[in-house]
Amino acid sequence: MHAWMLILLLLALMTVAYQFGIKRAIRRAGGIAKISTLHSLPSYYGLYAALWAGIPALLLMGLWIGFQDQLVTSLMTAHLSADMLAGQSEGQIGLILNDIKNLATGNIVSATVTPEVQAAADQFARLQQMSVWAMWLAVLALALGGMAYAWHNTTPQMRARNRVESIFLIVMVICSSLAILTTLGIVLSVLFESLRFFEMVSPLEFFFGIDWSPQIALRADQVGATGAFGAIPLFTGTLMVSLIAMLVAVPIGLMSAIYLSEYAPRNVRAVAKPIIEVLAGIPTVVYGFFAALTVAPMVRDLGAAVGLEVASESALAAGLVMGVMIIPFISSLSDDVINAVPQSMRDGSYALGATQSETIRRVIVPAALPGIVGGILLAVSRAIGETMIVVMAAGMSANLTANPLDSVTTVTVQIVTLLTGDQEFDSAKTLAAFALGLTLFLVTLALNIIALSIVRKYREQYE
Amino acid sequence: MNKLNPKSPAPDIPRRTIDIVNASLKRRHAQERRFRWIGAFAVGLGLAFVVLLFADIVSKGYTAFAQTYIRLPITLSTEVIDPTGTRDIAAISGANYNKLIRDALYQQFPEITDRSTRRQLNTLLSVGAPDLLREQVMGNFALIGTTSEIWVLADDDIDMLMKGYIDRTSAQEERRVSDETIGWVTQLEQQGRIAKHFNTIFFTHGTSREPELAGIAGALMGSFYTLLLTLILSFPIGVGAALYLEEFAPKNRWTDFIEVNINNLAAVPSIVFGLLGLAVFIGFFGIPRSTPLVAALVMTIMTLPTIIIASRVALKSVPPSIREAALGVGASSLQTQFHHVLPLALPGMLTGAIIGMARALGETAPLLMIGMIAFIVDIPSGFTDSATVLPVQIFLWADSPERGFVERTSAAIIVLLAFLFLMNLAAVLLRRKFERRW
Repeated sequence: MHAWMLILLLLALMTVAYQFGIKRAIRRAGGIAKISTLHSLPSYYGLYAALWAGIPALLLMGLWIGFQDQLVTSLMTAHLSADMLAGQSEGQIGLILNDIKNLATGNIVSATVTPEVQAAADQFARLQQMSVWAMWLAVLALALGGMAYAWHNTTPQMRARNRVESIFLIVMVICSSLAILTTLGIVLSVLFESLRFFEMVSPLEFFFGIDWSPQIALRADQVGATGAFGAIPLFTGTLMVSLIAMLVAVPIGLMSAIYLSEYAPRNVRAVAKPIIEVLAGIPTVVYGFFAALTVAPMVRDLGAAVGLEVASESALAAGLVMGVMIIPFISSLSDDVINAVPQSMRDGSYALGATQSETIRRVIVPAALPGIVGGILLAVSRAIGETMIVVMAAGMSANLTANPLDSVTTVTVQIVTLLTGDQEFDSAKTLAAFALGLTLFLVTLALNIIALSIVRKYREQYE
Repeated sequence: MNKLNPKSPAPDIPRRTIDIVNASLKRRHAQERRFRWIGAFAVGLGLAFVVLLFADIVSKGYTAFAQTYIRLPITLSTEVIDPTGTRDIAAISGANYNKLIRDALYQQFPEITDRSTRRQLNTLLSVGAPDLLREQVMGNFALIGTTSEIWVLADDDIDMLMKGYIDRTSAQEERRVSDETIGWVTQLEQQGRIAKHFNTIFFTHGTSREPELAGIAGALMGSFYTLLLTLILSFPIGVGAALYLEEFAPKNRWTDFIEVNINNLAAVPSIVFGLLGLAVFIGFFGIPRSTPLVAALVMTIMTLPTIIIASRVALKSVPPSIREAALGVGASSLQTQFHHVLPLALPGMLTGAIIGMARALGETAPLLMIGMIAFIVDIPSGFTDSATVLPVQIFLWADSPERGFVERTSAAIIVLLAFLFLMNLAAVLLRRKFERRW
């Protein structure tokens, strides 16, 4: 009794409805000879019937699956004897309900199984079974009902094409609105949890505190039981890693873009450009592995050779590898803007006797500067939001330091550390991750908006 | 710059503009050469990084495709495996294969009799060896009652020793393998009883705590289910959205807002989508965590902007004359789109979808948030089974301390990169085959 089976069955019903709709339309028109009396092509009548059979039924099914669990649980809770729940806190009740559900699905149970719990579990399983059967019946009945309605409605005068097309248009509008729903979902989910966090920890402490140790003690007498949520060390760590990355990526990316677009012969460019762009397609987890196992030991050994003490998870190693990852962003964005500078500006400069490099430095780069800056800003936002490299190669401990050889931690590392593993949603520790996520989202959003508007304005300038 | 005041220079040195230019030419040309060299150097550095990265991964990972086995003459006695002689499946699968293997091993070293040395001898073989032998016997009942030479999986330390990652000449305290064990391995080598074979376990097994038993099959299937569902969800939605925005939407505030939104979503850090998935899909809708279903939902939201943007570019490249011709012979605007514009734009849209899928295949960070890092040995067989995906498996293995996992991680990366390469190749070929100049 899988949900997929029901979907397949519905698809089959829609196919049947399509065929019937066509047949019905032709018959109502008075046979194939009088087909021209139909308002629309017969296939539109078929589609009309198929949509009536499918869409309401699918909607019902989605709603049912969405609310089935809550409904069944509340029904079962109503049947539980009152003395079983009397005097229990909300959490304990939740635990009992979980046990009952686990028992019903044959999972491991935390408490001993009393006859009452067993009975409730049986009741739960029965209710669930009933709900599934009821769903099948209701969905199939609705599909058949929709088919019958379409069958009844099919007349030669019905504007089938217009109706089908308006449904298609509505579906497309919904598809395009999904982007807004996503943004809304991100903002609301992150904002909501962040507000709960800021009820526990003041925003002032979060944004300006310099001590980050999000461990909340389990027992009251544990050492370091308070937990501190000052995010400044995370911000400085993020900035340092990003800065190192940009110091690597901007010169290499920009110079290779200049060389490839102004100097390189056509065949060199045709080979080198795609190879450098391969760097952008490599998954970040691969860079993380490379940083942690190859670059970090190399940096440490180099440091030891010149007498410097380098942490095994240094900001430098993570930043270097992140820089390599970002090179293609800078180079391809700069390449685009350099190519957009009109040839007449180059010709004018050459005519005055400037060499090629003088033309590039004094004419092309200044002309392309807004675009290049926009590209760099996009790359910065990318570096700030990058996760896997720093998770694997930068440290976990929050140090407030300006030494790139030290271990630092970043916002994204802390989000991952705080949220992996099982935990509930109401401790300050987990909620802190959402506050960090909100900060990250807002900062990258601001950078992106600025960068995109700069790039767009620049593009208009030369069009 | 080269402004020249004709009155000021001394009358005995006639300075013309051309002289000043000529005097500076050498310096300027040197500068020109320098600039050029710096550019070439930057390109070379970029290329060197690519080569270094691939060389590093491949050199670390290629050895994982072979695995060390030890050939032992194992007596598959009927009394142990099938005492009733009825080929009862339960009895055969419950038999003590461990004992059979150990007896065969002790036979090879008859001089070792005391228990502690024998226990050490047992560490030559993988703890998974009995299970593998069981699979072999269950697949071929004819083996029961015979004595045959069977290749038994060796322990990961032995494997590392055979692959040369453990230096046999170093001091005993510095390596994980004792001098005695090295002696036994050398003896087996001389007898031709130890050799490396192609590592099928890597492709057919799920993950494991033991490096020699760990494989990527579970992660591959998890990635497959996730990507399949992502494609099913994101492609139609993306095409629908692109079609509406490009062809039907009126130019107003609302559609502008949607556009800005899509462009910004494409640049949101992926980890934020993980937070969204955790709070909305798992926290609010109660979809079970660690499943391909919830991973696919997060990936769909993440890849949608990419697909929408690529699809709009594809639609833009279809010339307006096609639309005008269709409308001219009486097609409705939707018929024009679905019968004429969409088929012409489809290759471009598919290319965008493949590139989006390639991004989704390599994505790790958001999946860490939604519980895909659970240790799951079983190979998933549906959208709602607990699963992990290939990049997350790489992340997990990269954290494991055993030396054997380093090469496996690199090998998994090689497999991942191979898939990415194939997908990008498909995108390029598709573009080349269907690209049209109007």
